[in-house]
Amino acid sequence: MIIRSRRRSDVASSEITPEDVYVNRRSFIRRAAAGAAVAGFLPTALSACETSEAGAAASEGPKTGAAVGNGVPAPRDQEVPARFRGMESELGEELNSWEEITTYNNFYEFGTAKSDPSRNSGRFRPRPWTVAIEGHVNKPGNYALEDFLAPHTMEDRVYRMRCVEAWSMVVPWYGFPLKDLVARVEPTSAAKFLEMTTVVRPEEMPGQRTNVLEWPYIEGLRMDEAMNPLALLATGVYGTDLPNQNGAPLRLITPWKYGFKGVKSIVKIRFVEEMPRNTWWMTNPREYGFYANVNPEVDHPRWSQGRERRIGELRRRETLMFNGYEEEVGQMYAGMDLKRWI
Amino acid sequence: MNSKTGLTLLRVVMWVGCLAPAAWLGAGALLGWLGVNPIEKLTHVTGMTALVILLVTLAVSPIRRLTGWNPLIKVRRPLGLFAFFYALLHFSVWMVLDLGFQLEWVAEDILERPYITVGFTALLLLTPLALTSTKGWIRRLGKRWATLHKLAYVVTGLGLLHYYWLVKADVRLPLLLIAVFVVLMAFRVQKWAAKRGARRGRPANARATKEPVSAGAD
Repeated sequence: MIIRSRRRSDVASSEITPEDVYVNRRSFIRRAAAGAAVAGFLPTALSACETSEAGAAASEGPKTGAAVGNGVPAPRDQEVPARFRGMESELGEELNSWEEITTYNNFYEFGTAKSDPSRNSGRFRPRPWTVAIEGHVNKPGNYALEDFLAPHTMEDRVYRMRCVEAWSMVVPWYGFPLKDLVARVEPTSAAKFLEMTTVVRPEEMPGQRTNVLEWPYIEGLRMDEAMNPLALLATGVYGTDLPNQNGAPLRLITPWKYGFKGVKSIVKIRFVEEMPRNTWWMTNPREYGFYANVNPEVDHPRWSQGRERRIGELRRRETLMFNGYEEEVGQMYAGMDLKRWI
Repeated sequence: MNSKTGLTLLRVVMWVGCLAPAAWLGAGALLGWLGVNPIEKLTHVTGMTALVILLVTLAVSPIRRLTGWNPLIKVRRPLGLFAFFYALLHFSVWMVLDLGFQLEWVAEDILERPYITVGFTALLLLTPLALTSTKGWIRRLGKRWATLHKLAYVVTGLGLLHYYWLVKADVRLPLLLIAVFVVLMAFRVQKWAAKRGARRGRPANARATKEPVSAGAD
C-alpha cells in the first residue's frame, strides 16, 4: 500500500482547484467495452463536452462538483486533487475513479442494489456524530467525532477492496490506523475482540425499514487483527470526507478481508472477550464467516473466489491470497485451517 | 373496440414492451448509462427480462380462459421467442463479456455452481421450444408438440430457481416472481384436475345411470 501522512490541520488538496484537465480513460474503456464500434466516436464527443465544461469551471474559480449526500463535494473525474494523479497501488494498479467508488456500493442500510446507497443516502446526517467506546478498556466513553479524531495523524492509503461478490476496486482512503485508537483507549487483558456497530436510523436509512438483514449491522476483529498496521479507520476517500454511501463519517477498512468486514457509519466500538456475532455470519454461517479473509482457494459455496472483476476492466483478474497483503497479515493465521475458518 | 383493433393494439404493446429492454441496454452501452459495472448490468437486465417474459407467456392461457378473448393466443409464440432471445443474450453476455470466452471457466461454472447449472439447463430446454415454434414443426409434431411445449413450465421453474439461488440476502424480488409462477401453475393444476375428474366422472356416472336401466330392461 501507499501511505502518506498529514496532520488534520493541513490544507486538503481537495480544496485546491487543479489547473489542467484530467483525461479519464477509464470511462472511455468502459463505454467501448460495453458498446459496439460506434462507441468509438460518441464518447469522444461526450468527453470533449465534459472537458470544455470543466475548463470553464476552472477558469471561473469555484468548484462545480455535484454535492452528494452530506454535501461532500464530488470532485468530477477531471478535478481529482493533483496529488492523486498517477497515484498507483504498490502493485502498480491504477486508482478507481470517484464515480466508480461512490456509485457502486454495498450498503444495505440504504438498499440492496449497488446504485441504492448513492441514491438513497441524501437524507443521512453524519454530523454531529458520537462514537461510544465500551467494554474492557481503561478509557471508555462517548466521544464527539471531532474529539475522537483529534489526536490522530491522518493518512492517505491506497488499498485494494475485494468484495465477497468477486468484484474489486483500488481506493485511496483517508484515515488513521485502528491500532492507534486501540492504544489510546487502553484495553485490559480481558479484551480479546473488537465489536463495531453501525448506527440505526431507519428514518434516514430506508434499507433499515426492511428486514433483509438484522439491524444493527455488526462486525468484529480479533485483537491482533485490530492491531495490524493495515487496519484503518477511514473518514475519507480521495482526500475528502466520506460520502454517505461510503460509510460516513467513520468506517473500518481491512483490505485483506472481504469488503463486508468494513463496517460503515460506526457508532460503537466494544472491546469484548468473546468472538462477536457478525451480521453476515448470522445471516448465513455456511457462506460467510467471522474471518472473511480473501482467499482464492476457498470458494464461496455458490461462486468461485479465484477470480474477480476489477471495476473498470473488461477481463477478470486472478484474486490474490489475502488480497495481495499476505506478507503483512499472513502470520496472524499461521496454523489455522483457512477452509474451516472462512 | 372490435377484436381486430384489440389484437393490433396488443401486438404493438407486446413488441414495444419486449424490445424496450434491449433498446435501453443498447443505448445505455453506447452512451454509458449502465453504471460502472456495465457487464453486470447487462447480465442482470437480460436475465430479469427473460424471466418476466416467460411469466407473461405462461399468463396468456389463463387470461384467455378468464376473459374468453381467444385472439390473445396469437401473441404467445412471439412472447416465447422473445424470452428465448433474452435468455440467449443473457448467456452470451456472461460467456463472452463476463468470462471472456474462457471455455474452461464456462465449463467449470456450469458444472460446479448449482445456480449456473440450473440456469444453463433452463436455456438448453428452452432451445428446442424456440426451434419447434414454426407452423411446419407444429404440424409435423401434432399432439406431441403440445406435450413438448409443456417444458416451458420446467424452464420457468428452473430459471426462477437460478435467480433465487444467486441472490445474497434480499430474496424479495425472486420470491415475488416465484409467487406469480405458483399462481400461474395453479391454473394448470386446476384445469388438469377438472379434466381428470371429468374423465373419471363420466364413465362412473354413465354406469350409475345405465345399470339400473339395463337391469330394469332385463
